[in-house]
Amino acid sequence: MPAINNDEFWYDNKTLRKPIKPLEEKWKIVPAFLAVKGLVKQHIDSFNYFVNEDIKNIVKANNKVISDADPLFYLKYLDVRVGKPDVEEGSNMSSKQTTPNECRLRDLTYSAPIYVDIEYTRGTQRVVRKDLLLGRMPVMLRSSHCVLSGKTEHQLSTMNECPHDPGGYFIIRGAEKVILIQEQMSWNKMITENNGSQIQCQVASSTHEKKSRTNLITKHGKYYLKHNSMTEEIPVAIVFKGMNVVSDQEIMQLIGTDSETQKRFAPSLMEAIEHKVFTQKRALEYMGSKLVTKRFVTASSKYKTPADEARELLSSTILAHVPVDQFNFQMKALYLALMVRRVMEVEINPSSIDDRDYYGNKRLELAGSLLSLMFEDLFKRLNWELKSIADKNIPKVKTAQFDAVKHLRAILITSGLESAISSGNWTIKRFKMERAGVTQVLSRLSYISALGMMTRVNSQFEKTRKVSGPRSLQPSQWGMLCPSDTPEGEACGLVKNLALMTHITTECDSSSVVRLAFNSGVEDVKLLGGDIIHQEGVFIVFLNGNILGVTHAYQRLINIFRTMRRRGCIGAFVSIHVSHSKKSVFIHTDGGRLCRPYINVLNGLPLVKQNHIEELKIGTRKFEDFLDEGLIEFLDVNEENDSFIAISEKDLDPYKTTHLEIEPFTILGVCAGLVPYPHHNQSPRNTYQCAMGKQAMGVIGYNQRNRIDTLMYNIVYPQSPMVRSKTIELTNFDKLPAGQNATVAVMSYSGYDIEDALILNKAAIDRGYGRCLVYKSSKCTVKRYANRTYDRIMGPMKDLSTDKIIFKHEALDSDGIVSPGEKVVNKMILINKEMPTVTSSNPVEQKDAAPQTMSFIPVPVSYKNVEPSYIEKVMVSANSDEDFLIKILLRQTRRPEIGDKFSSRHGQKGVTGLIVEQEDMPFNDFGMSPDMIMNPHGFPSRMTVGKTLELLGSKAGVLQGKFHYGTAFGGSKCSDLQDELFEKGFNYLGKDVFYSGITGEPLEAYIYSGPVYYQKLKHMVQDKMHGRARGPRAVLTRQPTQGRSREGGLRLGEMERDCLISYGASMLIMERLMISSDAFEVDVCNQCGRLAYSSWCHNCRSSTNVAKIAIPYACKLLFQELTSINVIPKLKLKNY
Amino acid sequence: MVFNSEMAMETEDRRPKVTMEEYKIKENPNDYGFSDETFDREKFKKNLQIIPVKRVDYELEFDIIGLTPAIANAFRRVMISEVPTMAIEKVHIYNNTSIIQDEVLAHRIGLIPLKADPRLFEYKLDEKDEEGNELDTLEYRLDIKCSWKNKDVKDPRNIDAMYKNHNVYTEHIKWVPRGKQGTLFNESQVGPCDDKILISKMRPGHELNLKLLAIKGIGKDHAKFSPVSLASYKLLPEIKLLKQITGKDAYTLQKCFSPGVIEIDKGGCAYVKDARYDNCSRNVYRHPEIAKFVELTRIRNHFVFNVESLGAYKPEDIFVEAVKILKKKCVELLKELDFDGK
Repeated sequence: MPAINNDEFWYDNKTLRKPIKPLEEKWKIVPAFLAVKGLVKQHIDSFNYFVNEDIKNIVKANNKVISDADPLFYLKYLDVRVGKPDVEEGSNMSSKQTTPNECRLRDLTYSAPIYVDIEYTRGTQRVVRKDLLLGRMPVMLRSSHCVLSGKTEHQLSTMNECPHDPGGYFIIRGAEKVILIQEQMSWNKMITENNGSQIQCQVASSTHEKKSRTNLITKHGKYYLKHNSMTEEIPVAIVFKGMNVVSDQEIMQLIGTDSETQKRFAPSLMEAIEHKVFTQKRALEYMGSKLVTKRFVTASSKYKTPADEARELLSSTILAHVPVDQFNFQMKALYLALMVRRVMEVEINPSSIDDRDYYGNKRLELAGSLLSLMFEDLFKRLNWELKSIADKNIPKVKTAQFDAVKHLRAILITSGLESAISSGNWTIKRFKMERAGVTQVLSRLSYISALGMMTRVNSQFEKTRKVSGPRSLQPSQWGMLCPSDTPEGEACGLVKNLALMTHITTECDSSSVVRLAFNSGVEDVKLLGGDIIHQEGVFIVFLNGNILGVTHAYQRLINIFRTMRRRGCIGAFVSIHVSHSKKSVFIHTDGGRLCRPYINVLNGLPLVKQNHIEELKIGTRKFEDFLDEGLIEFLDVNEENDSFIAISEKDLDPYKTTHLEIEPFTILGVCAGLVPYPHHNQSPRNTYQCAMGKQAMGVIGYNQRNRIDTLMYNIVYPQSPMVRSKTIELTNFDKLPAGQNATVAVMSYSGYDIEDALILNKAAIDRGYGRCLVYKSSKCTVKRYANRTYDRIMGPMKDLSTDKIIFKHEALDSDGIVSPGEKVVNKMILINKEMPTVTSSNPVEQKDAAPQTMSFIPVPVSYKNVEPSYIEKVMVSANSDEDFLIKILLRQTRRPEIGDKFSSRHGQKGVTGLIVEQEDMPFNDFGMSPDMIMNPHGFPSRMTVGKTLELLGSKAGVLQGKFHYGTAFGGSKCSDLQDELFEKGFNYLGKDVFYSGITGEPLEAYIYSGPVYYQKLKHMVQDKMHGRARGPRAVLTRQPTQGRSREGGLRLGEMERDCLISYGASMLIMERLMISSDAFEVDVCNQCGRLAYSSWCHNCRSSTNVAKIAIPYACKLLFQELTSINVIPKLKLKNY
Repeated sequence: MVFNSEMAMETEDRRPKVTMEEYKIKENPNDYGFSDETFDREKFKKNLQIIPVKRVDYELEFDIIGLTPAIANAFRRVMISEVPTMAIEKVHIYNNTSIIQDEVLAHRIGLIPLKADPRLFEYKLDEKDEEGNELDTLEYRLDIKCSWKNKDVKDPRNIDAMYKNHNVYTEHIKWVPRGKQGTLFNESQVGPCDDKILISKMRPGHELNLKLLAIKGIGKDHAKFSPVSLASYKLLPEIKLLKQITGKDAYTLQKCFSPGVIEIDKGGCAYVKDARYDNCSRNVYRHPEIAKFVELTRIRNHFVFNVESLGAYKPEDIFVEAVKILKKKCVELLKELDFDGK
């Protein structure tokens, strides 16, 4: 009998078919994806969309300015475009192209001019002007308008820019600013929620013109509409009648005609009758009486009746996103009916309530859409100002005719955008929106901190509320937001980070989608009767939250849409999904949805085949090709949750599976991606590492030496980690690393290693381990003043007697600025600047002052630090106000010392507890002594198995001369690592024989040792150590100052005081609280009890009863302040 | 049987041992270390053996037998941190336009090992004297400028053709003799140990102009003064097979040890050839069925020393110097004790 080949006949028990071979190197799709989308591309995409398309739409929507004063006057915007970033140089207003680094160094704004073409009337003439400056637009780095876009690495280097810098931020007055991604509830979507006792349905409408919030609430079994333009809730039946759905039958048909619905809605109908509302006119009058009185009476509101106003409101503000044409309320009535229906459903079945934290109900707002809001607001204001100037000036008779161009104030938009980005206060007047903290300064502590900031998602939810819902991990977050990367503390779970493959959609045109929908069996609801939508098998089709129509065959509709999307006939980011509970199909084309690519699966087989990957590897295939051929498609959260996705090939089910995951490690973000073997760690440890990776020192960019930052930390010899992950390579962390591979022995040593403290080898430090460079900068501007005086910089001063330059000025060059390479110590002067005493331009004063010699007061920039620094670089330039700008870069080199903080990549931080001589360190058979000793007590409670695996992987990698991988949900297997160690003649458990360096005898235990990647964190003892014996005191209270920077005292607080009281150390209390603080001798008159002066009581006019006592100065101050408000404290002295 | 006679010989072995068990090193239950031994000079002299084993270039291997770990360790410690060498301590920077920061450059230069024989110099005692004198200080200059060689070369891979002096090596350091130093030494005796240690990379326009001053110091002060890259010992490993291991198991056993430790004879029977160079990886414990018949031990008073010199000394000299230093320390201690007694 021939032998049966088991492999041939092996089948999957469940599906009775051969298992599908996993695609090899499927992860190669991830870098291909990252080349076109993901990471910071969403910022750039959204900005590009704004600058190239949206800005044109905004201008087109508000393209006409007319005047009430002159019916002939008009100003029309014909076109708008954004130029290339430049700076205005000198007074002749010429401009030259700029680079981001120039703007950073010179404290300029990296912005491009916005040009408009306009047509307007000057008198009776029609004038066309082209390329008129409307304002300046801050340009996002690496966007389509940035000078860096599409440049090669070499071209970037000539512009002093790092090729790995992600871009996606702005440079405003020299500071790098990021507009954080803002998370908010989806607009134009019915959301039911349980508001304590009552169930309500809320819709936040948003269109370009209006933003409003409409609530449908229940009260005593009746339904009401609540809106903040109404003083009280309006019975919903009256609203229906106001929308010209007058008869009760019609209303019921819209809501549903089954008996249960009728029973529930009857009281609401009754209420309309109670209010005697039977006609539309009556309903509008009723609503008109409940309007919120307007604060400002505009010209149009004067001749409008309340009923008219109510109708206006109903059509434009309530449910603003549902279009109402010519007061035809049919769609809006239907929409309102659906809201009622939704509330009823929740009342009947409470589990069908919407989940507010579900990510399908969320939208992320990016820089582009935020900027477009701001720009539109400013543009409208500019036009409004133009109009009011025109209204004022046209009636006046002047020699020159009114020229609108002269009143186009470009500075309004320029400064409006600039100050919004630099302050982070997003105030949109027309929506009454006020938001603070939208932007943040880009953190440049390390490359990863900058990259991590670009993927940060900020939630609008208040941080103070103690609710767990919005903070906890949401299942729908899978693959979209990193489950590990969130800060600890108050912002925990509210600030999130995008996962590696997340893309955020930008708005796309929906007209083709509408056409396709109507061609695939969607029927216009306007042509149908009201009750049809509630029939069995009829699904309502929504497009971006608006009712598009109904369909009988929803599955066919969905299939057609998906096919067309895969064929590329409609946008790749159009999503469609069905909700059976709501009997609706939702199509979305709006911006701000989270989405992610998946491999399409047909009949249980992935469409991406091995040959596609091979093509990708040799470069004949790009990510777009996968999309174009329909092999991969993007799914947003809603559609993802309507699909059946297999994580790996073995999970493929021929009957169910619709998609296959590309790579599971992409569910993590940039920061969590640095952790090797994160799937072996206890989850909070990965979260801690995400926070600490941002504090690690390293290389921040190839251009780090060309930057002058206020604070920059670098390490002298950065190393790429021995155990890498795919994410590390994808984010270029291996090229811009932040850490060093330290040989670690896991053992206890000396007792200076308790509580996570680390022991360092002195020889390792001598040879450069953990050595870091700290750069700080000082700057000053040399100004010119209105009275034609100016600041000046003086050369170094000489001591008259010795003819030597005084100590403070020793580092100064002859021009009065320190020279590079000099060492500066505490209190030395860096720039010897002087300022004129009189800077005002009072003409009266000037007349007198002119003949006199001008007097100057010194305002030097001095160096304040106990440790000396060296001058790295001096820059003299001019800023945008054409003042001299002087920047000085100071450098310190620091070697690790006791108390400096280190951390591995597993959330295991520790401070240096002891630095040990090499000969005292334990050594192994090869004579190697570790760079670092870590106490094994760090492991059991932290459960960071990933760290032990990293050690093993590094050790095997070092022996083999290769990097090992610790990629999440993959990476080199432990057994493989052990085999490699075995192969190289090392103990397969990673444990070696060590000898004590002190006694010379072998240690009883074998020591787990090998290289582990350690990060040096920015917290260093030198920046924190502080103590004081004597020092400065505050002027008012004469108590010691507070804080390290002011050389302040160390406070003996209330609780410490309580200890001393309970212990009874009264003299110590006296000493601490008074003698060593603000003791003051006062004279007290024992007769009147008031303070006396110089042994003389001014109250009693005598010195007979005056005595001297010591009290705290603050106490004396209090007495005087009380006296000043007519409260007289009196002291009674007695011998004790 | 051969096996038995070997066993008999082994049982006579009275050398003190520790056993390497699977999870820990176990001392012999009736071995109290050396704690209860009184020091007997004659006995020590009789037992002490120093056997040189191997000397390749700057590496030396030798055995010391019959010593307590305390003394062996003292030699090791002194070799690492108390045998003096010359190293560059002060760097005067007249010009540095390269991208390496002054401090980092100085640190790198400090770590360069020098050939100068420290025995011919004195310690610099006067802290205030910046320059030092010819007896305690060696002076070097590093004066180099990078320039274009051929501007037409555009290929970034061919930088050697593009620039001149773009790599600064130790060979560019020039010794400046002071006083009579010129007559006593020549450059090859006091210069850096290796010509091709990369100090810095430069591009056209970058320039270094440095004065380097080397002084005598010890490794305790800074690792750059340590004369050794390695000075360490290990205990001599010993492997005993308690049962004849043959066939497949013999090969498995062979694989568990460093190459050359276990050999297999013609009969397919494993035997311990030489345990000296075993890594002591204890990998036999991966195979419990074989590990039962293997005993891993180490001789407690047999120290296999390895010394690798950086170039200032010959490795054997380092050991001799270490012994001298230790001796001097002992003499000083005895003097102190004597003084106190009287």
